[in-house]
Amino acid sequence: MNIETMETHSFDVLVLGSGGAGLRAAVEAAAGGGLSVAVIGKSLLGKAHTVMAEGGAAASIGNVDSRDSWQTHFYDTMKSGHYINNFRTVEVFAKEAPARVLELEQWGAVFDRTPEGLIMQRAFGGHSFRRLAHIGDRTGMELLRTLQYKAISMDISIFQEVTITRLLMDKDRIAGAFGYYRADGHFVVFKAKAVVLATGGWGKVYKVTSNSWESTGDGAAMAYRIGAELQDMEMVQFHPTGMVWPPGVAGLLVTEGVRGEGGILYNSEKERFMLRYDPERQELSTRDVVARSIFKEVQAGRGTPHGGAWLDISHKGADFIKRKLPGMYEQLLTLGDVDITKSPFEVAPTCHYTMGGVKAHAETCATNIPGLFAAGEVACGLHGANRLGGNSLADILVFGRRAGIAARDFAGSRKGDVNIPESQIEEEVTRVLEPFNRPNGENPYTIHEELQAVMSTHAGIVRDQQTLEEGLEKVLKLQERAKNMGAQGGRTYNPGWHAVFDVENMLTLSELIIRGALERKESRGAHWRTDYPDELEEMGKWNFVHEYSPDGDRIKRVPVPTMPLALQEICAKPLAPGREASDNPNQRKGASS
Amino acid sequence: MSDQFVLRIFRGDQNGGEEREYYVPAIPGMVVLDAVHYVQAHDAPDLAVRWNCKAAHCGSCSAEINGMPKLMCKTRLDDYQGQVVHIQPMRTFPIIKDLVTDVSWNYEVAKKIPTFHPETAAPFRMQQWDVDRIQEFHHCIECFLCQDVCHVLRDHHAQDEYFGPRFMVKMAEFEMHPADRADRIPQLKNEAGIGMCNVTKCCTEVCPQHIHITDNAIIPLKERVADRYYDPIRSFFRRLGKKDESSQSVPTKG
Ligand SMILES: Cc1cc2nc3c(=O)[nH]c(=O)nc-3n(C[C@H](O)[C@H](O)[C@H](O)COP(=O)(O)OP(=O)(O)OC[C@H]3O[C@@H](n4cnc5c(N)ncnc54)[C@H](O)[C@@H]3O)c2cc1C
Ligand code: SF4
Ligand code: SF4
Ligand code: FES
Repeated sequence: MNIETMETHSFDVLVLGSGGAGLRAAVEAAAGGGLSVAVIGKSLLGKAHTVMAEGGAAASIGNVDSRDSWQTHFYDTMKSGHYINNFRTVEVFAKEAPARVLELEQWGAVFDRTPEGLIMQRAFGGHSFRRLAHIGDRTGMELLRTLQYKAISMDISIFQEVTITRLLMDKDRIAGAFGYYRADGHFVVFKAKAVVLATGGWGKVYKVTSNSWESTGDGAAMAYRIGAELQDMEMVQFHPTGMVWPPGVAGLLVTEGVRGEGGILYNSEKERFMLRYDPERQELSTRDVVARSIFKEVQAGRGTPHGGAWLDISHKGADFIKRKLPGMYEQLLTLGDVDITKSPFEVAPTCHYTMGGVKAHAETCATNIPGLFAAGEVACGLHGANRLGGNSLADILVFGRRAGIAARDFAGSRKGDVNIPESQIEEEVTRVLEPFNRPNGENPYTIHEELQAVMSTHAGIVRDQQTLEEGLEKVLKLQERAKNMGAQGGRTYNPGWHAVFDVENMLTLSELIIRGALERKESRGAHWRTDYPDELEEMGKWNFVHEYSPDGDRIKRVPVPTMPLALQEICAKPLAPGREASDNPNQRKGASS
Repeated sequence: MSDQFVLRIFRGDQNGGEEREYYVPAIPGMVVLDAVHYVQAHDAPDLAVRWNCKAAHCGSCSAEINGMPKLMCKTRLDDYQGQVVHIQPMRTFPIIKDLVTDVSWNYEVAKKIPTFHPETAAPFRMQQWDVDRIQEFHHCIECFLCQDVCHVLRDHHAQDEYFGPRFMVKMAEFEMHPADRADRIPQLKNEAGIGMCNVTKCCTEVCPQHIHITDNAIIPLKERVADRYYDPIRSFFRRLGKKDESSQSVPTKG
């Protein structure tokens, strides 16, 4: 391959990922003018994983519950994250989320309205007030579509269906990325002064998952290989309510909005079991608690016919359900054969979100690689041990924007040319073409399926030393076999070939999930170890940071940053700020639900 | 239920191709996309198909199933009990490979439409009934099935003269937003070619999001164009107020 003739582009700011975080970053980077900005996605524009988000974006606008404030959002997010979140990230987030949501309205998003004509907000698990701005049950789509049309109206180069396989370095600084066009397989090199990583999570490593095909963790794995620090990888969220039956649709998400709008969980004995596990918050407890409770009910023999719990919203009436949850009504009717306006339906936990990821600075989203910034699900810092529903859509807006600003500033002040050694590109060309030399090699789809089975059994919702160790061994064996993955056919739109790289990335991250889970000898948030069932104060002082080395993964313990006094005081309150004023938390203003 | 399905999937590219037969074990609740994935994992790893969400949210997996434009992830295989299932790519767009077509024309069109343009700053005060009408248009997942089926594009290849139903929906969404102040009427009449649509409603029939494309988007837009160009008096008053006042506080449709 002649590098001279390879398609090459140069940009000041290169954004990897056209989900919510990526588009928001690109819009911001281009907003100042004067800098060239590009955004790349491995799907078509407007199809990114973000499009699937349903329930809403959390921001303490206070349209429905006027006592809400950034302090309460901060309190809720730290509490739900079991205090291993970066407090400064959470503070910035809680303060800026309202402005980011209003800005979307300015750009054309149309949220549901309150009787006063303002943005409606709904209740969600772990949020002390009704806080989620939403559009029925398709909030992610609204967010993504709004940003998509905003981006195309600006001077931003958009590359669709281009997969990046490697981040390129100029000595110790980021220099760009290498990839291929999915349509015809031709290679492309992007040179860039600053790169924003917004490539999303890796929920596809589990078998039962709500995630889209994109969630293979490419960005995190690529960043790890060039030396970026990855943190809290053991923290994987299992959403309590995925579809269970029929098996063809198992894992498909049933939005938490169903519980937010009044849905109730029952076991096979018609008992409302959440009253036992979390009498105060019940169905609207945090996801880690609800998922674990369903799991425990099933284990105790009180599960539904297909191993889940019953979720019932039918008491709210058909009109209400069809207006508030139209997507869910139709999804369950067409794919699950249940009319949720009339009967309860089965749900069980499904892999949903990866809290861990590339360690990012609270204010600038900077990583430890100069010029590389990380935002959205790929980044780590905000959610700690458990993400609150609705916090991710707000996350991608707040930190997408901040990463865009920081990348713009970095690119603007970067001196000298960006140089990419040809050897890096040559190596990558060879690596990417190699699967074609093994048409009869291992089938990537088979390896993926086996990996999903291993991760679900050994690093799923319950964990212990022995199963984790066995799981690690299996993942390492799969990694060996994966070296022999092959591809058939040509380079034109060839998913079998593409799958090879996705699987490599997932194998890398799966190993880190298990290593992190072995290291965290306690139970905290989403990470539940039966051999260490308690949350331990000592363990809560540490984040685990993974570093790549040629001899394998290295884990270091890094102290969780200590909060300043004022924030400690907020967290120490027995009740969420704003809730203490009234002993009746149900005394709410305005809303219809 | 029978224990396997017979699929005939188009395999080929711009140089031509043919349907090939595959057998897929039946799993309860399985959708067409599951079957295509089964084929990919077991028989044809290079079988090209687009998908993202498998939840009818992203609009990637559009195809023609037994001749009907549909989302593969929303089409149950047990609806085809005892039949051979033919899966073809969308015909209106140039083929790339197998079930994947080149839909880039749609993204070119999208860029031509002036985006939402308010003159006041958010937060806006809008009642639910102000936005019910446009929220319908926001349901669009850009699957382009309506573009695929519209005969103006499919049979007459008038891509240079008509933006197609998807973008009538998009223009309606902007036009009918109570806070929008841009004027897209001349564009609708000229470049966007709304006159090309002769209201056959084929687009509405295939829309997986059940958007009333013709009744709620195209026809009201046609009326606005007619008012402006063929009813000068109403048009004069309307331009004074800049925006069609009927877009404010319309009662909800039943
Ligand atoms: C079913 C579902 C419902 C949800 N509901 C909610 C909700 O109600 N509220 C909430 O706050 N959160 C919700 N979430 C979580 C939230 O949607 C995601 O966490 C969030 O959208 C992630 O956005 P992102 O921009 O970081 O990444 P993504 O949207 O995942 O985007 C990643 C982008 O990176 C690109 N990319 C990846 N790898 C490569 C590569 N190698 N080369 C080039 N490009 C690449 C992809 O193509 C894509 O464009 C939900 C998630 C799911 C699955
Ligand atoms: S109604 Fe108009 S836009 Fe729709 S298919 Fe017919 S001609 Fe095309
Ligand atoms: S209007 Fe309907 S058919 Fe057309 S692109 Fe949108 S969702 Fe698809
Ligand atoms: S895969 Fe998203 S609509 Fe079918």
